[in-house]
Parts: sequence; C-alpha cells; structure tokens
Amino acid sequence: MGEPGTKELLTLEELEASSGVRTGRKHILSILVENKPGVLTRIAGLFARRGFNIDTLAVGPTDDERLSRITLTLDGAMHPIDQVTKQLHKLVNVIKIRDLEPADTVARELALFKVTADGGARGEVMQIVEIFRGKIIDVTRRSVIIEVTGTWEKVEAFERMVRPFGLVEMARTGEIAISRGRGET
Amino acid sequence: MMRAVDAVMECLAAEGVDVVFGYPGGANLPTYDAFVDAGIRHVLVRHEAGGGHAAEGYAKASGRVGVVFATSGPGATNIVTPLTDAMMDSVPLVAFTGQVRTDLLGTDGFQEADTFGITMPIVKHSFMIQHPGEIPRAVHEAFHIARTGRPGPVLIDMPTDLTRAEIDYQPVGDVRLPGYQPTTEGNQKQIRLAAKALANARRPVLYAGGGVINANAAAELTELAVSDRLPVTCTLMGLGAFPAPHAQWLGMLGMHGTRTANYAMDEADLIVAVGARFDDRITGKLSEFAPRAKFVHIDVDPAEISKNIPAHIPIVGDAKNILPRLTAEYRAAGPDAERLAGWWERIEGWRAQHPLRYEDSDAEIKPQYMVEALYEATGGDCILASDVGQHQMWSAQYFHFAKPRRWINSGGLGTMGFGLPAAMGAAVACPDETTCLITGDASVQMNSQELATCTENGIPVKVFIMNNGYLGMVRQWQELFWDRRYSHVDMGSWPDFVKLAEAYGATGMRLTDKSTLVADMRKAIETPGPVVVDVRVTREENTYPMIAPGAAARDMVG
Repeated sequence: MGEPGTKELLTLEELEASSGVRTGRKHILSILVENKPGVLTRIAGLFARRGFNIDTLAVGPTDDERLSRITLTLDGAMHPIDQVTKQLHKLVNVIKIRDLEPADTVARELALFKVTADGGARGEVMQIVEIFRGKIIDVTRRSVIIEVTGTWEKVEAFERMVRPFGLVEMARTGEIAISRGRGET
Repeated sequence: MMRAVDAVMECLAAEGVDVVFGYPGGANLPTYDAFVDAGIRHVLVRHEAGGGHAAEGYAKASGRVGVVFATSGPGATNIVTPLTDAMMDSVPLVAFTGQVRTDLLGTDGFQEADTFGITMPIVKHSFMIQHPGEIPRAVHEAFHIARTGRPGPVLIDMPTDLTRAEIDYQPVGDVRLPGYQPTTEGNQKQIRLAAKALANARRPVLYAGGGVINANAAAELTELAVSDRLPVTCTLMGLGAFPAPHAQWLGMLGMHGTRTANYAMDEADLIVAVGARFDDRITGKLSEFAPRAKFVHIDVDPAEISKNIPAHIPIVGDAKNILPRLTAEYRAAGPDAERLAGWWERIEGWRAQHPLRYEDSDAEIKPQYMVEALYEATGGDCILASDVGQHQMWSAQYFHFAKPRRWINSGGLGTMGFGLPAAMGAAVACPDETTCLITGDASVQMNSQELATCTENGIPVKVFIMNNGYLGMVRQWQELFWDRRYSHVDMGSWPDFVKLAEAYGATGMRLTDKSTLVADMRKAIETPGPVVVDVRVTREENTYPMIAPGAAARDMVG
C-alpha cells in the first residue's frame, strides 16, 4: 500500500473482490440481542424478506437478563453469509454477531424421538440408544421416547438409525453453541 | 411531573423541531391536546399519506428530520406508503402513531391495528411504548437513529393511556444504543488504496447516488472530481450532487440516463461508487454491467457493499469524511492527467453523437419542451419536486440541478402521489425559495386533496401538470413490450384541473400554446399562493433513451 505520495505501482488487475462469496458450508451464527419486544420477529422477518433460509433457530436467556442469545444455523452454499450478517447488524436491537468457526465451537442440540419398539425390536433400539449415549425417558407397551443430545450431525445419524423401527414423531431444539476457550462468544 | 405527551413536546423542542405534519384522531387526542400549548408549528394535512410525504419533502429539502403524526388504525396504515418510501430513499423521518389503550391491545379494539408489526419491515427502527416513562428516551433515540448512519424512518407507537400518564420528566442528555454504532470514519488504508487505483485508472467514472446528498458531501465530491478531470455521473437520487451542466458531467445514468453516462460505465476500468447502491434501474442486466470495471464502493451502510456488485475496494463510512481524504491521497499519488486524454476523447465522441434529443413541434407542447421551458422560466433557480412516471424521467433529464436538495422525488419506491405533498413539505422547509412541482395528470390525483393544505396554510407551491391524459409510463411499456395492447392507461379528460384548483382556493391556469409557454409559466410562478397549471402536452410520447428491462446498458434504445 505504501505511504502517501509514493509512486508505488498498483495495477487494477491486481484488485480482487473478496466478499459476496458463498462458503458452501454450514454456518452457526450466535447473535446477542437486546431483550426487547419484537426482536425475534425482526430477525425472522429480515430472513423472510431477504430470502435467507434458516435451518435451525434457538432462542434463550443469557447470564445478563437484558440480553438474549439467538443461535441460528444456515447453509453457506445458499447465501453469502457476509450479506446475512451485515443485514442482521443493521437491526438496532442486535448487539453482537459471531459467525462461529466449527473448529473453535462447541455445539449441542437436544432431540426427542418417539419410536415404535415392541417385541424383539425393543432390545435393538435400546442398543442404539446406548451407543449414542441417549436416554429412554418414557416407555409404553409399544413405544419408547428417547432423549439424545449432541451435534446436529449426531442427532441426524441417530434419526437415520431409528427411523426403520418406526419413527412416530420427533422434536429437535436446533443447535445452541458457544466458543471454546476463555473469551466470550 | 407532566403528562408524557407534554414531555414529547419538550423533546421535540430539544431536537430543534420547528414544524410537524399530522392528522388527529381518537387515539392521539392527548398528543393533540399537548400541541395547543407546545409552540410547535403543526401543519394539518388532509390525508396521513400527505403528511408522511410532506415530512419527506421537508427532510429532503432541508436535510433535517421530518416529523409526522397520525392516529391509530387507519391513520397509521395510511402512512405505510410514506414510511416505505422513506426507507427506500433513506429519508430521515420520525413518525408518531397513536395506539389504542393498553387494556384494549390485542382485542381488535376500535381503530386498532398492529402498527408495530405492520411497519416492522419498512422502518429503520421502531418503538412500541410499554411504560410512559420510556417515552422521552424513545423520542431522542428515534431522532438519533433517523438522522445518523444511513438515514431512515423511525416509528414510535404510543398507546393513548400511556401518553396521558404523568411522568417525572428529566431532559435526556445522551443517547446510548449498544447495538447501533454506525461507522463514519473510512479506513485510511482503504482510502489510500482507492486513491492509488484511481490514479492508475485510465477510464475512471465517479458514480454518485443519493447518499452524497444525504451526507451533505456534494462539495467534497465536486472537489474530488475537479482535482483532475474525472468524469461524473449521478443516479436519479443523486442529481444535484455534482453541478450540472459542467464539462465533467456525463448526465444521469441508468434506465433513462444518457447514452454517454451508460456507455462510460460500460467501458470504464474503475468505477468509484459513492452513496449509491447499484439498483436494477442503474445496472440493467447485472451480469453484463460494467464488465471491464473494478469497483471502489464508498457507503455508510456496510450491507450495501457487495450486495449487488462485488466491491474490490470497499470503504465504509460517511462520504463527507471520506471524500476529502480520498482527494488528498489522490493528489498525493500524483496522477498523470494526460492518461485521461483518450478517455475524454471517447466520452466527447458519445456526447457529440448521442445528446439527449427529441423531435420538437410548434403545433403542440412536447413534454420534454415543457421541462425545458420551466428550466428557462425559473432560470433553474428553484426546488423542483416531481411525482413518478415519464414526467419524472424527463424532469431528471432536462432540468439541470446545480445544487443538492433541489430535486425532490421518489426514486426507490416510485410512489405516485408523492409529488404534491412532498413539494408542500419542501416549501415549508424553504420558504425563501420557489418550489415547483412537475407532476402527471394521474400522479397528482393520488394526493390532490393536499391543495387544501397549501391554500389553508399559504404554502405557495407551483404545480405544473404534464397532462397527456395517460398513465404515460405504463402506456409506453404497453406500447413497447406488450404489442401496443393498451389496458387501462387512458385517464380520460377529467377532472378539470383549473376548476379543481379553484375549488381548493388555488389559482388555476391551462396552457396549450407553446409559443407563450415560458412567459405563461413565469406568470404562474409570480402569482402568489398555490397555483395549478394544466399543461396540455403531446399525448403519446416515449421517454428515451432507454435500457429495456433486463437488457445491458450498451444496448440502449431510442
């Protein structure tokens, strides 16, 4: 770049546009917002209006009662993430946004599965639950309810395993996440 | 202790508000009671939409925050269009809406509408008051948000019972918004890089938008341009940011811009965008827009950078802060002025070959000539407002704006009915200037009730109706792109605009003679009070040149 006045050469060909690119991977955005009326609507409305797709969304309190944390995941193949975060930043109630690096992040999701499990199938289901370190939290004669926590991928894998037994229904919270190390997310 | 509404008036005074536009109703009765003793000028409009657009016109002409008051329900929904318009064109606006009592909220009470929800996508920010004590801080935060960063509309929805509650009012000293800290200072490294790129560019163009006007940075832009022979073009919203006519002025760019401006963008190697957002009406076919160019993009709103066109050198900040530093760095880089000689030769060639032109006639008044006549009649020395359509494009092409804040129009949203109330607001903001409006026979009817406001308040707007009896721009598109199958574009011959003017207590004139047009227009401008001039122009005339929708700029037609 050089000092002012230097005749250092800069050819226009060297210039490259950096932003507006699609990363192609999943992104976890951790968004700290003011706990004020309409904040979630503003964010949801912004995504709808700009045509951004939310994969998962989780909202909850933080250690500071004036603030809430919204964790949302979206597909970087579909959207230029920098445009998403820049639009979010324009909302006055949005305090901070972190696009969490997967390697530096601990992410967890809670999921509940109601699975058909009668007769011989029950033992097999219980084995799978064990492997995934899940918990059976309700049992009836023909079905069980299983609690699983883990990354989005783990929950996906569990779903694939139990689906053949007869998945009656499923509820997932969407991931929440926090950055590794001592610094705040 | 005082009522919250009286505190609102104190806050308005503290913000330096001297005039507001509005309309009372049930839910804002307490507010209107407070106006009685407040000593703030309130202009009673005839429709809330008129109030909203008047506040916009006021803001655009003065650079100050426009203020509009409306009641709950229909009052609030009537300002939805002005709010959207202000959002699209980055107009600083604060809107106060009444709301039903808190115990009625959510019960579908009389004149209840979810104003907060309805307006959420069309405001920069909004406040739903929940406790009367919040009101003073909300007012100051609203003004702060409306006028700083990228300006925009802010709404405060106030339930009627909360506005009449007594509060312990303490003047609000400072506004602190942790989630709102617009970047104003451009990054020095980026500015230096941009200066070096510009100094090395052989075919540069400065492309300025409404952001330059909002930033009050017209002089700084001009300074950069004339520090060398840098060619300048402006968007519809940016007209006046660079003094036209000028040797370095290429004219407006975009769909109905000059061929010179559009061709220059097409062949440019470096485009410096300042306060402009690469709207589809500018770029035409995005993939073929300025294919040879690298882009420096200066904008106070980081989200605009690389939204439509990836920027090579983004600079986030206030143009007024950045442009002088860019000029200094550019000078320091020691650009070789001679490098632009070939570029100017090319530009001069386009200028000579493709000036704006139309086939004039002595038998009738051509609409383009009507604009030229008004330019001559005023000497260009007036505020010119417009509505939306062909007359707007011809005004932009043939009226040359030498200064910023002289051209008041609805660009992003393209709101018919904007013109008359906006001109009214501009006239209120600048009583020492002549305020003219060029409107269409269709547009003017969308808010013609505001003529009563003009007459009642002695607001001397000079309204020139370009009357072709058509929804001209829609007709043009039907002619060009829909096989001339005219569908509901003939506006017929009513109302009689002269009688309409007279019914509202204004002066009405009808002009049909080209030979006396300039003199007659002068007469209209010299007539005191509001004047409505019905100018009969050629019925079917197309706005050219034109980038057909979805086409590339280099393929302009007409």
